[in-house]
Amino acid sequence: MSGEIRHEWPLFEVFVRAKRGLNHVHVGSLRAADHEMALHHARDLYTRRNEGVSIWVVRSDDVVASGPDDKEAFFAPSGDKVYRHPTYYAIPDSVPHI
Amino acid sequence: MSFDDAYQALTDHDDDARWAYGTGFADPLAGVPTAIPPDVARLDLAAYCLMLGDDALIMSHRLQQWVTRAPELEDELAVANIGLDLLGQSRLLLSRAGEAEGAGRDEDTLAYLRDAGEFRNVRLAERADDDFAHLVARLLVFAAWRLALLDRLAGSRDPVLAAIGAKGVKEVTYHREYAAQWVVRLGDGTDVSHGRMQSAADAVLPLLDELFRPHEIESRLAAAGVAVDPSTLRPEVDAVLDEVWQTATLRPPGAEGADEREPAGFGRDGVHGAELVEILAELQGLARAMPGGAW
Repeated sequence: MSGEIRHEWPLFEVFVRAKRGLNHVHVGSLRAADHEMALHHARDLYTRRNEGVSIWVVRSDDVVASGPDDKEAFFAPSGDKVYRHPTYYAIPDSVPHI
Repeated sequence: MSFDDAYQALTDHDDDARWAYGTGFADPLAGVPTAIPPDVARLDLAAYCLMLGDDALIMSHRLQQWVTRAPELEDELAVANIGLDLLGQSRLLLSRAGEAEGAGRDEDTLAYLRDAGEFRNVRLAERADDDFAHLVARLLVFAAWRLALLDRLAGSRDPVLAAIGAKGVKEVTYHREYAAQWVVRLGDGTDVSHGRMQSAADAVLPLLDELFRPHEIESRLAAAGVAVDPSTLRPEVDAVLDEVWQTATLRPPGAEGADEREPAGFGRDGVHGAELVEILAELQGLARAMPGGAW
């Protein structure tokens, strides 16, 4: 540990999986001193109305995000390629969640 | 969908995934028979439910007093959640006390219209916290003790007490973990936090023995398989506390922190400090100023 004193705890992003949900969904952020505390705080802040069955927390610093400047180059090229949707297949009833 | 019953309204059976509000709420007493076993002394049962209910009610109120005063927003909500869990336990227990007593007193009457001398909580519950370290030390001891108690209460011959015990175990397990985590963090932290955590641990020590001293009603009901004899909980609770103190690099609390505010006598007999009177003034003020008020 460095001797530097931080006056604010680092920020964490919280993801919760709902009972009937299949994936973790970003629900918000919080401050905590470490990962364990972040998990406790996430439980206290984001699952108190019976919302979730699983929680992920990740340091906000560790999230690498695309920037607004990249919007054109990143996302515009896929805007006219409708053929990438596999809409020509009939999906059997026995295949869920598609 | 009926909105007459809050549980029914929230327990949706359709597939509408409004997950943001949570679903699948359950009434902890659903399907639990409420008849009191015929051989159980009703007034003893009522008094016992008051003891456990008052512990939760008064501890809950102390925790609520931390709202707007906690060191961090996240911890404020954590403490409030714990207070709400305990308030829920106390509502079930006071309601059961009223049923067993059979004198027409409901949970509100019992919470709002009794004087300090009629409260049966242990004094640990009413104790004011000097700082956050005092809060987590007190919460650790309270939760470790109550968890051991509720765990055994889940085997009670009274079906309602058994259900309350089973529900409470899951809640109090988290309370204990939350408090232990903070005791370790502060104890094994800086010199300042270590010193304050040590004095907080010392300060709860004088309140510890009372937790394991059986009242005669507890002994009678324990013999009948209804209540828990608190003296049987000590080894388990001591083992938990010792482990936490040790992990937190604290020396086991000693007499150096002996508290001069202690009144003589025991909370289970209705003997309390001035601190309970203060709590009740706040807790009962509105209900007494506006009897029967509803809004």
